[in-house]
Amino acid sequence: MACIEARGLRKAFGQTVALDGIDLTIEEGRILGLIGPNGAGKSTLLNAALGLIPYEGSLKVLGQDPWTGRDHLMRDVCFIADVAVLPRWMRVWQALDYVAGVHPRFDRAKAEQFLARTQIKKASRVRELSKGMVTQLHLALIMAVDAKLLVLDEPTLGLDLLYRKQFYDTLLNDYFDRTRTIVVTTHQVEEIQQILTDMMFINHGRIVLDCSMDDYQARYLELSVRPENIAQARALKPIHERQVLGRSIMLFDRADREALAALGEVRTPSIADLFVALMTEKDGRAQGVAA
Amino acid sequence: MSSSSETVAAFEPREAAPAALSPTRPFYWSLRRELWEYRAIYMAPLIVAGLAMFGFLIRIVQLPHLVRETASLTPLQQSLALGAPFAIVAVSIAGAGLIVGFFYCLGALYNERRDRSILFWKSLPVSNVTTVLSKVAVALVVLPVVVLAIALATQLVMLLLGSAALAANGMSPSILWSHWPFLKMSLVMIYAVVVMTLWYAPICGWLLLVSSWARSMAILWAVLPPLGLCIAERVAVDTHYLFSLLDYRLSGFLSEAVYYKKGARLEDPLALLTPLHFLSSPGLWVGLALAAVFVAGAIWLRRNREPI
Repeated sequence: MACIEARGLRKAFGQTVALDGIDLTIEEGRILGLIGPNGAGKSTLLNAALGLIPYEGSLKVLGQDPWTGRDHLMRDVCFIADVAVLPRWMRVWQALDYVAGVHPRFDRAKAEQFLARTQIKKASRVRELSKGMVTQLHLALIMAVDAKLLVLDEPTLGLDLLYRKQFYDTLLNDYFDRTRTIVVTTHQVEEIQQILTDMMFINHGRIVLDCSMDDYQARYLELSVRPENIAQARALKPIHERQVLGRSIMLFDRADREALAALGEVRTPSIADLFVALMTEKDGRAQGVAA
Repeated sequence: MSSSSETVAAFEPREAAPAALSPTRPFYWSLRRELWEYRAIYMAPLIVAGLAMFGFLIRIVQLPHLVRETASLTPLQQSLALGAPFAIVAVSIAGAGLIVGFFYCLGALYNERRDRSILFWKSLPVSNVTTVLSKVAVALVVLPVVVLAIALATQLVMLLLGSAALAANGMSPSILWSHWPFLKMSLVMIYAVVVMTLWYAPICGWLLLVSSWARSMAILWAVLPPLGLCIAERVAVDTHYLFSLLDYRLSGFLSEAVYYKKGARLEDPLALLTPLHFLSSPGLWVGLALAAVFVAGAIWLRRNREPI
């Protein structure tokens, strides 16, 4: 069974179309990076999947309609919607008590174990914690829930590099077990590139790219062209070309690696570069960059 | 053997998932969370009670003097004079409860949207119905019970202190207990709190509705539209039908729940209460029906509104 399945998913806010007929299937056990510029529709897509907003079209999360089946669905789904949404008045022990009280799949011992590795004191109020600690606390609560789907919408926004790294390391080492599904959006694409199994580019409410990381590595090549080979390289139809320090960097989709190697240095492009290339290709102009 | 079964368990955590919690657990924990967040629910009545107690301690010195001074009056007049502080304490604690209730209802569904913590609450398996009903229960059950408990405890302590003061001066404390005995006083107070709670339920519902709807300045949205409509009616057709409706909702419970005429016998306060008349008054039931409609609206809005 697919974890998330959408057919013709559409959502408009007044005149603004946030999701413009999206079809997607996210299988169980994947870590999907949802990447797109601000206002692309990422959060709308996640909010629809979490049953926070109504939508048009068909959407099934763990086999249920998230809007009508939300109360039941939330036993199997966890999310961090944004940093610092933990209520500021709450004390750490209250958060533990509360989640243990209402969530049938919460393992309190696991949450405490995770908190013991941090500087967070149980008597502290959320408002007294630093931004990084609030995220650690939230992660401790979420990770102790035995959920089938975890949705992270910009979970590390505003955190410094150390906290961000620790966040994803913990997620991967202590949480992900290949049966759970994780969907994550972030502007720091490079940092999560290694943990993803799939990625999806979204822009103007449409899916621009949907591929596994394996496909991505097989499909896309970046060529740093030697100046004398520029014409030959262009003849191979790069999907994007840019200048870096006087050299042309071209991006190819499904090109022959051997043929490219004869013209310059070949490597796998970074997600960020691919993103820029695809966004520019679709729009005919540079977009706000997500990475 | 045991190691193999452990291996199986490790690979199938879902099968070993804990059984579902009873449906009342989320409701109970939602109540707990309200009391954590809004400590004023018990702190405000406690502080008022503390102040009242402080005042009474100062006054207690004069209590023997007051008893001698009022000895020439009829027993009823004397007990009214001596009982005044008790009534004042009860009224001020109840007043604190009303104010707390007003602001609690106004903030209950507004604050969580403003600080976006609603996204945290909604990430847990607690339905909108459970959440909103827990807030209704705090306003209409928990708060009245807290107010009653604090007021009764305060009065009891005052009564004991007063008796001790009289006894220390060689006087009989029975004067404090005889005419308006503690039990009867308490029954009157319980009655008053229950009556007001039921009567004000639609106001509580209205405030929760505004709280779940307003994007800013919830207090203005709560107060100005009803007032504005009254004024508009007055200006447009020169009647005050809406105003009397509003007035009836604010103070009408007095005429529905208590029988008082000049010269009525005050010796037995319980005889003044008209619970059957109150329970059969359409104003009560129309109000409760309105409260249900407002609460249903608040539940719908909590599901559909986005964080501000």
